[in-house]
Amino acid sequence: MRPVFVNIGERTNVTGSAKFRKLVAEGDYAAALSVARQQVEAGAQVIDINMDEGLLDSKAAMVTFLNLIAAEPDIARVPVMIDSSKWEIIEAGLRCVQGKAIVNSISMKAGEAEFIAQAKQCLRYGAAVVVMAFDEEGQADTADRKVAICERAYRILVDQVGFPPEDIIFDPNIFAVATGIEEHDNYAVDFIEATRRIKQLLPLARVSGGVSNVSFSFRGNEPVRRAIHSVFLYHAINAGMDMGIVNAGDLPVYDDIEPELREAVEDVILNRRPKAGGSQTERLVDLAPKYKGDGSKVQVADQAWRALPVAERLAHALVHGITEFIEADTEEARLGVERPLHVIEGPLMDGITIVGDLFGAGKMFLPQVVKSARVMKQAVAWLTPFMEAEKEGKPREQAGRILMATVKGDVHDIGKNIVGVVLQCNNYEVIDLGVMVPADRILDEAKARNVDIIGLSGLITPSLDEMVFVASEMERRGFDIPLLIGGATTSKTHTAVKIAPSYRAASTTYVLDASRAVGVVSQLLSKTDRAAFEAQTREDYVRVREQFARGQEQKTRTPIAKARANRFAIELVESPPPKPSFTGTRAFDSYDLKELAKYIDWTPFFASWELVGRFPDILTDDVVGDAASDLWKDAQAMLARIVEENWFEARGVVGFWPAQADGDDIVVYADESRTTELTRLHTLRQQMAKSGDKANLALSDFIAPIGGPADWIGGFAVTAGHGEPEVAKRFKDAGDDYSAILAAALADRLAEAFAEAMHHRVRIELWGYAPDEAFDLDHLIGEKYRGIRPAPGYPAQPDHTEKATLFKLLDAEAQTGMKLTESFAMSPAAAVSGLYFSHPDAHYFGVGRIDRDQVADYARRKGWDLATAERWLSPILSYDPGAEARGAAA
Amino acid sequence: MTRQDRIAALKQAAKERILVLDGSWGVMIQRRGLTEEDFRGERFAGHNAHLRGNNDVLCLTRPDIIADLHDAYFEAGADISETNTFSATTIAQRDYSLESAAYDINLEGAKLARAAADRWTAKTPDRPRFAAGSIGPLNVMLSMSSDVNDPGARTVTFDQVYEAYREQVRGLYEGGVDLFLIETITDTLNCKAAIKAILDLRDEGHEELPIWISGTITDRSGRTLSGQTVEAFWNSVRHCKPFAIGLNCALGADLMRPHIAELSRIADTLVAAYPNAGLPNAMGQYDEEPHETACSLHEWAESGIVNIVGGCCGTTPDHIAHVARSVAGMAPRAIPERPTAMRLAGLEAFELA
Repeated sequence: MRPVFVNIGERTNVTGSAKFRKLVAEGDYAAALSVARQQVEAGAQVIDINMDEGLLDSKAAMVTFLNLIAAEPDIARVPVMIDSSKWEIIEAGLRCVQGKAIVNSISMKAGEAEFIAQAKQCLRYGAAVVVMAFDEEGQADTADRKVAICERAYRILVDQVGFPPEDIIFDPNIFAVATGIEEHDNYAVDFIEATRRIKQLLPLARVSGGVSNVSFSFRGNEPVRRAIHSVFLYHAINAGMDMGIVNAGDLPVYDDIEPELREAVEDVILNRRPKAGGSQTERLVDLAPKYKGDGSKVQVADQAWRALPVAERLAHALVHGITEFIEADTEEARLGVERPLHVIEGPLMDGITIVGDLFGAGKMFLPQVVKSARVMKQAVAWLTPFMEAEKEGKPREQAGRILMATVKGDVHDIGKNIVGVVLQCNNYEVIDLGVMVPADRILDEAKARNVDIIGLSGLITPSLDEMVFVASEMERRGFDIPLLIGGATTSKTHTAVKIAPSYRAASTTYVLDASRAVGVVSQLLSKTDRAAFEAQTREDYVRVREQFARGQEQKTRTPIAKARANRFAIELVESPPPKPSFTGTRAFDSYDLKELAKYIDWTPFFASWELVGRFPDILTDDVVGDAASDLWKDAQAMLARIVEENWFEARGVVGFWPAQADGDDIVVYADESRTTELTRLHTLRQQMAKSGDKANLALSDFIAPIGGPADWIGGFAVTAGHGEPEVAKRFKDAGDDYSAILAAALADRLAEAFAEAMHHRVRIELWGYAPDEAFDLDHLIGEKYRGIRPAPGYPAQPDHTEKATLFKLLDAEAQTGMKLTESFAMSPAAAVSGLYFSHPDAHYFGVGRIDRDQVADYARRKGWDLATAERWLSPILSYDPGAEARGAAA
Repeated sequence: MTRQDRIAALKQAAKERILVLDGSWGVMIQRRGLTEEDFRGERFAGHNAHLRGNNDVLCLTRPDIIADLHDAYFEAGADISETNTFSATTIAQRDYSLESAAYDINLEGAKLARAAADRWTAKTPDRPRFAAGSIGPLNVMLSMSSDVNDPGARTVTFDQVYEAYREQVRGLYEGGVDLFLIETITDTLNCKAAIKAILDLRDEGHEELPIWISGTITDRSGRTLSGQTVEAFWNSVRHCKPFAIGLNCALGADLMRPHIAELSRIADTLVAAYPNAGLPNAMGQYDEEPHETACSLHEWAESGIVNIVGGCCGTTPDHIAHVARSVAGMAPRAIPERPTAMRLAGLEAFELA
């Protein structure tokens, strides 16, 4: 499509923009880049870059800025105009751009020889060129001289240098009018007239100019300047002006200018005497204050898409996630088709297909896709009553029906919800049974609803076993549909080794993340691809199992007695255990959310949306920067409301007790007499082979042993999730899964922040062993402080059942309203619990795989039989307990 | 024949038929199972760095093998064979501490290709053969950051890249190539430095040799590694009035086709394509059979979207023989006339008609 007039963005010019000059001078290139980005977003088709400023190292600034732009695809997509009065700077710029740029400018002011040499260099680098109407005599002011100089330059370029005429742009000098000097009155007319003649005389050549010059005398009165630009361009474009350096997105439409102002401006531009008499300049000067306004103008988003046909508007809204007009547009589309269903099957599906394609091609990211789904849902919601009203209405054609559930004992569902939304975006019907769903309910529903695929999700390790159980139930009940496995603790290895062998009637596939889900589902439901895909997965899993088996044989474990002998000894003489400020528990209700927000570590928040990268760098990332920035904006807006409107209640409890280590257990005493055992915390010890002076660690090593100096242990349980399920449900019911997931993700972050904030408070106040520690978020995130807070179920103590002991000690259920499920997941899901160790030598580690001798010992300490121990510890066993049983049976 | 005679013959041949370029060099050299000693030869026997894997140095140390490969490809039916100088720049040879040998590699590499082309032209005078000077990408890029934490960082300057290419171009020119082939372009700015080196040397007295530009679309995004669309890439290099524009490497024929079709539509010069033998399998090897490659390229010829075809990674003389047979006698693509317009580019093309 031919652009009528090419907008060249002018704001990245240090001579024209004080703001940009300041940013470059201060080296704030991030902000300088956002000026460039803003222009492209506002519609600049080329951006002019000028660093000519006496106090700057202009060449270095040009090179730096162009190199930075190269890393910003949303800016670098448009060509640049390298603008300088110094050839040296222009050439430095040409050496930084891979595209075809425009050089602005060269001229004959220093004679023909230099002009020719510079034009040739432009050809060698491959650039179009702006030629100023400037010769040895000076800048051309009258139309005649402008035309004469341009013609001379054209002949030299085309005939002597061999410059392609279509790459020549003339700038016949726009000078200020209405300066009060009579000789200047005709400047705009001269430019317009010269433009008309150049376009007739010099085939293929273009005309451009720096538009803001013309209104220079009205500095400080932006509305009048904009009116002058608009009127000037109206006439210059009619005369053939092709492009101009303008503040893109900031030009009023000629017809929208107040008639009184427009006429006065027109008189000035066209050098006409006003009808009312007097001089045109005086008249505009008199009128100007009336239109001054505050000089600022709100930037409005580009609404050009609103003029498109309705189907394209729907596609635009889907791709950009805009809900603002969706109901009106859907209604308009409905009125244009025979049946409401046709809107879904037609324009809406077309739009969502574009979204799917862009996502598949890596051009859209999860948060954007989830927003698209929100638009889709709202459109469908609008149509639903009409479809129900249709008697003969038949259900909408779907690509397949997928049942999803978080398994029994587990409450985590952010990832599952995202997968569900992505699948819906791709025209799959998703039946989401929610969280903590027992196997029989999953399978009953699957039968009743005749689903094509079952997808299981889970976050905590006990869920792995539950998934194996669901798989074996599917086998037993004669299912033959594909099973999908996903969630944070699941893995290809576990799926291949444990789940797939339990369900032999059909395929089991591990799905790494939401972006893979559509590919897997579409292949599994394809008549042509399914067999090949399943065969490939099967082969792959055979390999994984073999690999796993080999890995099993190789690992040698240290006997538990030997590992205990190699325990870690904390330094107790130099660092005697500090006494907490109180013993027993203390509860915190309605903890200040605003305070917690300060402690949020954002990097995992982006990861939960499959946007990988460190915060805040991720906001300016080449690939995901846009998606991350939009998500960040939405998250900040919602967080503000969460805090202000108290959407969630943060509740927590902290406790400290006298304690001593007894082997691998930690004995917790009722009081300082240390005679009555309140309970025992059980810990697990590393059994990997250690070299040198490396110890085989257990958490009990970080507490002084019985007989040693008096020591204490702490514990905590915090949640920011009270109220979150209700908020999420409200959003979901309104068809806004995006906000529902966002709310859940923020509750998670607030819970983590709560744990961080509470630990900080424990160190400086409640335990008080580091009263002088300053608040520094990076230090907190980097765990650069004294003491640790390991959580049961995590690497330092992989046994989730220890949470029960901790909750009892803290009386957490009564104090915080938190509950444990049968798999020891915490509910609400946005929750964190753990132990506090104060010793400076205490540090995080992973227990790793443990051997049969320790499992037997642990079972004895916990009062379990061996099978129970093996079940709860199954993710970390170094052996396959089933193998022996199978061997014995054979 | 003088070089200008050969260039005229090349241009004439391109009007009459679809020309065939040779195939992969890497895979053929790999099959020889050469040792460190082969790579070193006498000249670099005492060199202080490992040379195994530096295929380009074989122009100096095992010229017999390079001559054999040119022969194998000409025998298979190639019209054009490339010099074995893909990485023979001072910058790329730095990996082997052989910067100082870059010029010689180009000179000798060009001489080997020249001699082979002449041998085959003598054998089949009705079908003259040509030597293309291979100018590969570098391991450094001018448009991409060298440091994840600093998007503005670059390890090299335009001038350094320009100088490296300039030396390569001089060697190839002196050694007698008929045309330059700037290939596997991942960063258009690197390519523009190579173009400038060629054009500047022409200003300084080199006779004008045709330039063939071959970019690389790295994946399904349909963009070069440095982010340009095919049309933006074409707009960015057409100032050197290329003899041919095309794509090679990274993709097999099926994934490359839409981009070649696009070039065919927009480029008012010859269009060339030499895809990989499909995509590599899990072991990094190419499985596509010669007849499969030939079948795809035959379809392109039939659709009138190519003027020159050949093979990149994974293709062998057998592939080229099949390709040559499959396009024999087929009409080359007609070069379209496009309306004159100002055509600029950032990462995307911009046209003011």
